[in-house]
Formats: sequence, structure tokens, C-alpha cells
Amino acid sequence: MNSPLVQIAESVRGAASRPKLDLEAVRAKLAEARGKRFWRSLEEIAETPEFLAWLDDEFPSRAQDFRNAASRRDVLRLMGGALALAGLTGCTKQPPEYIVPYVRQPEDVIPGKPLYFATAMPFRGGAVGLVVESHEGRPTKIEGNPQHPASLGRTLAWQQAATLDLYDPDRSQAVLFRGRISSWGKFLGAAAELRERAGSGEGIYFLSEPLHSPTLIAQRQALVNRLPAIRWFEYDAVGQEAAAGARLAFGEPVNTVYLFERADVILSLDADFLGSMAGSIPYARGFISRRRAEADRSRINRLYVVEPAPTITGDKADHRLAVKASEVEGIARALASQLGVPAGGAPGLRPELEHFARVVAKDLQAHRSACVVVAGEQQPATVHAIAHAINQALGNGGATVLYSERADAAAPVDPQPLRTLAAEMNAGRVRTLFLLGVNPVYNAPADLQFARALEKVPLRIHHGSHQDETAALCQWHVPEAHFLESWSDAVAWDGTACIIQPLIAPIYEGKTAHEMLASLTDNPDQSAYRIVKSYWQARHGGPDFEQAWQQWLHDGVIANTSFRPKTVSVRADFAARAQASPAPAQGLEIVFRPDPCVWDGRFANNAWLQETPKPHTKLTWDNAVCLSPATAQRLGVENEDMVELRYRGRVVHAPVWTTPGQANDSASVFLGYGRRRGGRVCEGAGYDAYALRTSDQPHFGHGLEIRKIGGRRRLACTQDHSSIEGREIVLAATNAEFLANRRLFEHKHEKTSEEETLTIYPEWPYTGYKWGMAIDLNACIGCNSCVVACVAENNIAVVGKTQVLRGREMHWLRIDRYFEGDLDNPRTYFQPMLCQQCERAPCEPVCPVAATLHNDEGLSQMVYNRCVGTRYCSNNCPYKVRRFNFLLYSDWETASLEPLRNPDVTVRSRGVMEKCSFCIQRIQEAKIEAEKQERVVHDGEIQTACQQACPTEAIMFGDLNDRSSRVYRLHQNELNYSVLTELGTRPRIKYMAELRNPNPELERRS
Amino acid sequence: MAQVFHRSANTLARLTLVLIVLLLGLAIGGIMGLDRSDYVTDVSFAKAQPIQFSHQHHAGALGIQCVYCHSTVETSSFAGIPPTHTCMSCHSQIWIDSPMLEPVRASYRTGEPLQWVRVHDLPEFVFFNHSIHVNKGIGCSTCHGRVDQMPQVFKVATLQMEWCLNCHRQPEMYIRPRDRIYDMAWQPPPNQLEVGRKLMQEYKVLRLVNCYTCHR
Repeated sequence: MNSPLVQIAESVRGAASRPKLDLEAVRAKLAEARGKRFWRSLEEIAETPEFLAWLDDEFPSRAQDFRNAASRRDVLRLMGGALALAGLTGCTKQPPEYIVPYVRQPEDVIPGKPLYFATAMPFRGGAVGLVVESHEGRPTKIEGNPQHPASLGRTLAWQQAATLDLYDPDRSQAVLFRGRISSWGKFLGAAAELRERAGSGEGIYFLSEPLHSPTLIAQRQALVNRLPAIRWFEYDAVGQEAAAGARLAFGEPVNTVYLFERADVILSLDADFLGSMAGSIPYARGFISRRRAEADRSRINRLYVVEPAPTITGDKADHRLAVKASEVEGIARALASQLGVPAGGAPGLRPELEHFARVVAKDLQAHRSACVVVAGEQQPATVHAIAHAINQALGNGGATVLYSERADAAAPVDPQPLRTLAAEMNAGRVRTLFLLGVNPVYNAPADLQFARALEKVPLRIHHGSHQDETAALCQWHVPEAHFLESWSDAVAWDGTACIIQPLIAPIYEGKTAHEMLASLTDNPDQSAYRIVKSYWQARHGGPDFEQAWQQWLHDGVIANTSFRPKTVSVRADFAARAQASPAPAQGLEIVFRPDPCVWDGRFANNAWLQETPKPHTKLTWDNAVCLSPATAQRLGVENEDMVELRYRGRVVHAPVWTTPGQANDSASVFLGYGRRRGGRVCEGAGYDAYALRTSDQPHFGHGLEIRKIGGRRRLACTQDHSSIEGREIVLAATNAEFLANRRLFEHKHEKTSEEETLTIYPEWPYTGYKWGMAIDLNACIGCNSCVVACVAENNIAVVGKTQVLRGREMHWLRIDRYFEGDLDNPRTYFQPMLCQQCERAPCEPVCPVAATLHNDEGLSQMVYNRCVGTRYCSNNCPYKVRRFNFLLYSDWETASLEPLRNPDVTVRSRGVMEKCSFCIQRIQEAKIEAEKQERVVHDGEIQTACQQACPTEAIMFGDLNDRSSRVYRLHQNELNYSVLTELGTRPRIKYMAELRNPNPELERRS
Repeated sequence: MAQVFHRSANTLARLTLVLIVLLLGLAIGGIMGLDRSDYVTDVSFAKAQPIQFSHQHHAGALGIQCVYCHSTVETSSFAGIPPTHTCMSCHSQIWIDSPMLEPVRASYRTGEPLQWVRVHDLPEFVFFNHSIHVNKGIGCSTCHGRVDQMPQVFKVATLQMEWCLNCHRQPEMYIRPRDRIYDMAWQPPPNQLEVGRKLMQEYKVLRLVNCYTCHR
């Protein structure tokens, strides 16, 4: 057997002729694997020489640093100089620091203690209620509002990252007129002029996102009453097929709420209800409530997912079928006909899909009134309508699926709003266009040529957070206030209304949409506070309004405002209307998807979200064309190869990423990248997929041609920054296996007998608190909320793409993604990995300066001021969770980022090691409060940032010496295991092995 | 051949060896001494403040209680510096024309806050909490000295880690009854060790010497 080095040398010689990745060999290796084999990347199974060399290299890309021809003398001179200078830096006195007290101290403010205010983040599909931490008037950290139905106290990554959006130095900072700085007063003057010659509003057009603010809806109505000829368009760049689907099925656009906690069987037709659908936090909570380690395992639910591009919902599925997006409709129809729903036939469906539909139909039939069929937002209205009809036929309406009125019953109805608007603009009918919080020049379908049409409008007014692509083409640009600076209101996806209250006065000249609309009324300079409050005063009508208002602000929810349920029935002519669309065309399909991190591009300038690895691909800072391994092989392309995408006459160049789980003959492109304007973070990242999109088929279509054009684009993927070497890191089984043998994981429980835990170090009795954590892999959905929460709480620096390529990302908490089985459609598992706080921490004895050591509560402490940066600890850590500041990653210069930082956590400098501290600042705060009251810390009093953010309560923290604590009980759960416990590290984190619930009738041939 | 070196060179060589050791020791001692010197630690140096505020006058002669101005010392990590309004609650009545107080009046008029120079300045990687110390029987004067006798505030302790640890290792030496926290004139009784141990038990005071107690 050759040593790896010899293999590398051979491969280098043969590299020119040989393809880098031999998929047949990978398939063969996977096929010969006995039992479960987990893997992280194709290169890892293939054991390509490049990958082995990469792993072998302790400091990747170090080599070229040493290739320069500096002489020994130069090196010594530089080292001597560096040493002397390094010593000198210690000889400074601290610069003087000032204490700036208030002039008049606000009530309730205690300097040094944060205050918490309830507000909400408006996002597509409704608001998510939040509780925001404020340190002396500056919001620093966002948590969910436990009383809000769309949050339940938890958040997604987008909410966690919103504080960075607020302090973004690239935000638009002034009112602009023709590119020059103007003022709000001058804008009001222009608005007054417009008002005077408005007449009935002829030629005045508005474009916004779908409205979720009752006040704004009322303002729009008032404006329409005053100026009946104005026209208002609403569009969502990602998709808005659900309303059309409901109209198709029921004849009216009803709102749908699913109760996944009541469902035994769930079928998702390309619906990412765990990750990105409106209401996904309560949906994820409901779905997981039947699967978590503590739940009754005999009542586990079953999830079938049919989708073209892997989402976290598909990754959690018991059965995931990777099909082209266009085939989903055929499956829906086949299912419908199995269940006796008249929805046309599904001719030409592949036999394996037919079989799948048959088995799923049987399973659904067996769980009438306790199942859900849910259609995805990127599927056409017909699929939504069929899903509704199936739910009705199965008796799910009112049981697991609730229907109600829509938030905005008067919303303009237009299935193609942008196309209509573009036509109006081209016809010269649009004299004035208000663009409220939208960026159509960037995200409109390419065939509309929106920018060209826009230039035909004489007066263009843009209201947005950044000087983006659209702002550049408008005469007026008014900065949009961030929601943390705004008075507003919003309804959640289930109709629950709440008031959005500001945490801080607008940092720049930001204005809300309310103020924009008010500029056209007789009272143009009204504050948003007045507008919102008077709307609610009128709606409340009672004498005790002030009291109610205070209560609403305090709670963050307006009680009893959720939509009233409604009974609906499938319209009689449904069968005729749900005509079969043409059978799927042959050839390569293109699938447009919002990016799981930067969404439709609105978060593209948020560096936290850019650096968050995408759940399935683990790519950062880029979008790629995702191809299945087989399709990539057929096309002769490999990872990072640049290809030309030619679709309906338009061309875009993009890098390829081979993605196990992607449907064959289908290419996913992700929206949100390739921004031309909008800030230093987003410009130049990725390619613009909107440039290929057409308005008639915005979600998928056929006829894509992919051609290799030579050249590569390095993609910063975090999945291979370490290898698992075939160790048992993720444990999984089927529910049936576990029910048959409840001691399935006993061999992986931590060893307690003396021989097995032999150590030369004396035992330490942990008599006080004994902090520990339990992570339930059944509950983890890989949504990244914890990752961003950790970044926000612990002042973790962003490093940028080139540093991520070198494996230098700073995240204290990462979510490892493991594949298991089949190369083309593997099962996917997520595992949050963070410092395990080992009782026998291997990192500690190797530190020459005792900068990392253990405390008497069992935490592995990291003392930044002692660290000299030898990196021995990181070298010795088997979990690879220590992060080193190779460069000065923290931004110490940008003034607007200073208030963002958590004042309770040190901002690290260059040359310092760091790692997860179990949120020691929160532990200390709680302990100090408890000690002042001479009591112990209660279970649940301390929540780590990751735990508090997790939508599914997958992370539990607490005192292991407290026998009644939830974390202690989880540590005793039958599913518990520790990672790499064979090393004798005694981790304080235990994982709960994941159980899936596959249908035996569909079990894979393995 | 004559010897190159005179015999006395032996002595010189020995002396040189001794001197090297001595000088090295002196240098190290000097650096350590310098690091602890008042010049580096700012102990006993009063800093120029925007207003010549005298604790001697207010806390000493007039007997205004510490918490009248440092109102959050029992509840928060930060003891609190009074807002301009607190100053003006008296100085809108007395000394209303004093030129010395013009910055306070200016702040009151314009809404621009006063900027005090921090005297007790800990490094940014140290997290100190006033409330827990005050609640567990550590008085103001233990760390801040006789502020009631200072016309201008200066540091009496180095605030270096060894000074902190000195108390964290043996709190019984410094702990006092809770009702004497704000007593500037408090002196440890002759049987402080005995009293201290009892108070430690009573107040459930721990010897906290873990890094994470202060470094986060």
C-alpha cells in the first residue's frame, strides 16, 4: 500500500489526463460499505489525492508563504524586529476613557443592565414577534417573543442577523434627488406639488411587496378613496402561487394554516415548511414535537418530501424523492386519482413515481383527518389546488389544515403584477411611480426589461434601505427606516396582529412606508407613531385605549386578532379547472430558488448571513449551479468549473457545485446574488440568476443548456474542513429498529467503569453547578438559527471568502451535515458541533501559558489575555471547534458597528484563540442575580444563545447536578451518546441519536 | 610566551558573571517594580476632570450618601454616574452663579452630557460587577479608599489582577457587615479573621478564583 504522499505525487503526475473525481468508484465504494456509512463530501469517499493532501496539510495554502526566496538572514532580521516590536506594544498605557452620564436619565434605564422590548420583524408571509435586548438604548441582540404565535420565543437566522442590517455601514444615509443629497423637507415639497396636480390620481402608480401592516393597508385604502385612479401593484420576487392555488381550489384566496403537531403523515410537494414558508417556526416546532427524543416514540410521524433541490425539509424527510420540479404536478395528480379526487390523470409518469404515489396514498388514506399534504411556494397554482382538494377529500380541513380570511382582503389581484406594470410603463401611462421597499431593477424577471421600462416613467421615487440597483435609476431616493427604528404594525401568518415599536431613533434619515404614504395626504409630515396609533385607536374604539395600547406594546401581541377560521369547500368545477398541464418536457430543467441565507437578495449585504454555510451545500459567500452527481458526470463538469447557462436566449456564467440530493437532469440556481449595487458585502458575490428568469415561468422551466467554458471559480465550502475518518460521530437508526431493541445505543453511552475511564489525572468532584448540554439530533433541522445567534451574542468576527477558503471561519458553533447511503439521493443528517466542554479536555494540558484551563463547574475556560497564539490547543482538539484569529478579523474601525457588539463579551484581537464558552456571560449574569437573592440558579433560568434561538428546542442547557433538570433527564435518555467518547474526553454535551421512520413498503434496496 | 591576560582578569571575569546575574535580576525586578509603580498604575494620581468636583466636600463634609449619586451600585455591574439632573437638583437652588459649575449648567441647558475621565479603568477583557460585591459585604472604601477625604478622586489600589486575587483568595480579610458598606471610616476589627469567616458563611461568600469569574 502506497503512503498518501506517494499517491499524491503520482496523482500530480497524472492529473492532467485523469478526471479528478471518479463517480463510478464512489458508487462502488458506497455499495460495498456494510451497515450505515456516513460521509460528508464526494471527495471524502473518493479519497481523491487532492483531498488527502488538503487534509494532510495542517495549514492549507500555507505552502506558498514559504516559497519566496527570503534568505535565512532576512528571516532572522524580520523575526528579531517582530519580537522587539511585539514587546513594545506591551509598553503602552491605557488611553484615557470617558464616562458620559445622561443629562436626564430615562426612567427604567439602569446603566449596565439591558432592557427588553417587544417588537416584530416584518418579513414575507407575515411578522415574527421578537423581544429585543437593548443596552442603554442600542439594540444588540434579538430573541423570539414567547407570546407571539409565529415565534413561540424562537427565531430563524434572518431575525438573528437583523441587528447587523440595522448597523450596516452601507445603508442609505440621506434623501437623494438626482444622485445629490437632498432632504426630507424638499421631498415633502415635491410630494405637495404632485398632490396638487394629481387630479384623480391618473398616472400615479405604486409598487410594493404584499402588505402585512393593517395601518398601511388602511392608508392605501384611504389613498385609493381620495385618488381613485391610482394603481397599486404588489409582488414578491420569490413567489406568490399559494393565493392563486386557493382561488383555483375554493374560488376564493383563503389563508391556510397547518397543524403539523396533529399530523401522523405529511406529504410535502416541494414545500420547505421547516425552513422558509410563512409560519415555519411553529410548523417546525409542531412537526418535531412528534419526533424529539423525549416524545412518545410510538406516535412518531412520517414525512414524505418530493422536491427537485434539497431543502432542510427534504433533509429531515423519512422518504425524499428527488424529482424534477415539473414532475411534482404529475405526482400530485397520480396521488389525487389514487385518493379519488378528480384532478385529471397523470399520463407518462415514471413507474417509480407511480409506485411512490401509490404507497403514499395508502399511507395517507390510513390516517384520514390526521395527515397533511402541503404544496410549495415555487409550485404552480394547480399543485396548490390539488393539495387543497386532497386535504379536503381526506377530511383534513378543520383537523390538520385550517382555512381563514386573508390578511389583506382588498389586495390587488394580479397573477403577473410586474408584467402588467411593465406594460403600463412601456405604454407611457405611468407618470409617477412609487417603489416602496422593492428592488425590481435587480429582481424582476429578465424578459420584462424592467430597467428600460422604468426609464420611460417621468417621475420615479424609490424608498429603500440601500442605494441599490433601483435607487440608481430613480430621481428621488428616500432611505427606508429599519424595522428596529420604525413604528409600524404587522400581522403574523395566522393573522395575529402586533405593534412594531422602535428600539432606537432612525440612525440616518430613515422613513417608514407610513410616512411615505402620508406625504400624499393633507397632513404630509405626520410621524409614523401618530399614524399607527391613530389607526389602532379608531379600530379599538373603546375608552380604555391607552391602557390597551400599553398592553399591546408590552406583550408584543394584540390578543384575539388571529384570522377567524372559515369553512371552505372545493368548487364544483374544480376538475374542469385543474386541467392537466403538458407532460414534462425532456432535457435539462432549470429551477429558481431563493437562497437559504440571503433569500431574494435583500439580505445580501449582511456579512453574517453571507458567511453562514448554506444548510445543504455548506457553501458560503457564493451561489452555484447545483447539479446532481450523475448529471454533472454526463455534462462532464466538476465542482467549481465555470459553465455557461443558456436559457431562452439569455446567458449567465456560473460555477458548478455537485450536490447529492439534487434531481437528475435538473439544475438549481439560487437568487439573491450577483448584486451590482447595494453595498460592499454583496457586490461581486456570486452570479445573478434573475438574469435568466422569465415572467411566464418564474420558478422552473425546460430548455436549459449547460456548456463548460473553462476556468474555475473557487467556492468557499466549509464541509471538508475536517474529515471524520470513518468514526461514529452521527448515530442513527429507524424507529422500528429502536422500538424492537431499546438498548440499541447502549454501547455508545459514556463509559463509567474504572478501567474504561482510566486516567492519570485525579478525579474532580463537581459539587456546585455542573453545566452540561444535550442536543437532540431528532429535533435539529439544520436551519442555522443557532449559528447566527452565536455570532450575534459572542461578537464573532466575519472573515470573508478568502479566509473561509483557508478554513479560517470563526464560528464557535457549526452545523455539520452528514450524508448516508446512496450517492444520488442520500439521507441527510445535521449535527450542531461546538466545544464539548470535555471534563478531560485535551486542549488544556498542552497550553504552555495556561490560557485555557478548567473551572470547578466543568467549563473549559479560554482566557484571551493570556493567549499567545501557539495553537497547540486547536491542534489537540479532536472536535475541531477552536478558532484562531489569524488576522485582525474584528472590525475595530467602522464606527457604526461599535454599538452592535455585546458589551458583556470581549472583542477578540489578532493572535488569540477562541471557542464556545457555553455563553459564560449569561451564566455569570444569572449566577450573580441568584447569589444576590441567596438562592441557586433555577433550571431554565440560563439559556445559551443557541438554545434560545433554536426553533425546535433541539438544544438544552442546564445543571447536571440538578436531578430534576431537563438536561439531566436528556442525558439519561435511551438515545444518548457522546461524540468520540472512546478518547476518554468525557464531553459535557450528549447527543440524542436520530431515529427516522421510513415506510417499509418504500424501503430502499440496500 | 607572556600571558595575554593579567592574573586580575580572573577576578574580573568572575565579577562579570556575578554582575550579569545581578543586572539581569535588577532589570527583571525593575520591570516588575515599574509595572507596579504608581506611574504605571496611576495610583495616587488625580486626573483632570471637566469640573473640580470634590468628594471631600460632598461625601465628607455634607455627608451625602454614596448611593444618592451612584444609585445603581446595588443593582447593576455599573455603580452609576449621576445625570446632570441629579447635580441640578441641589445646584438649581444653591451656588447657582458659581463659575465653577458653569459646565453643569451648560449641560443642563444644552442637553450635552458631561464627560468625566474614568479613574478606575479596567482593561476591556475584565468584567467587574459592583452589585455582587456590595451585596456580599465588600464596602466602598475597601477598594476606593477614603473617597470622603479626597478633594479629587484618585486610585488607592492598583486594580491589577494580583490585587483582585488577594481578596478573592481570602475574602475573610476584607468582608464587613452589610450595614457598614457605605461607612467610609470602617476599619477591620482586631478579630477580623474570625468575624470575616462568620460573615462569609452568613452571606454565602465563595472563594472565586476561576478565570471565567472575571474574564469572558
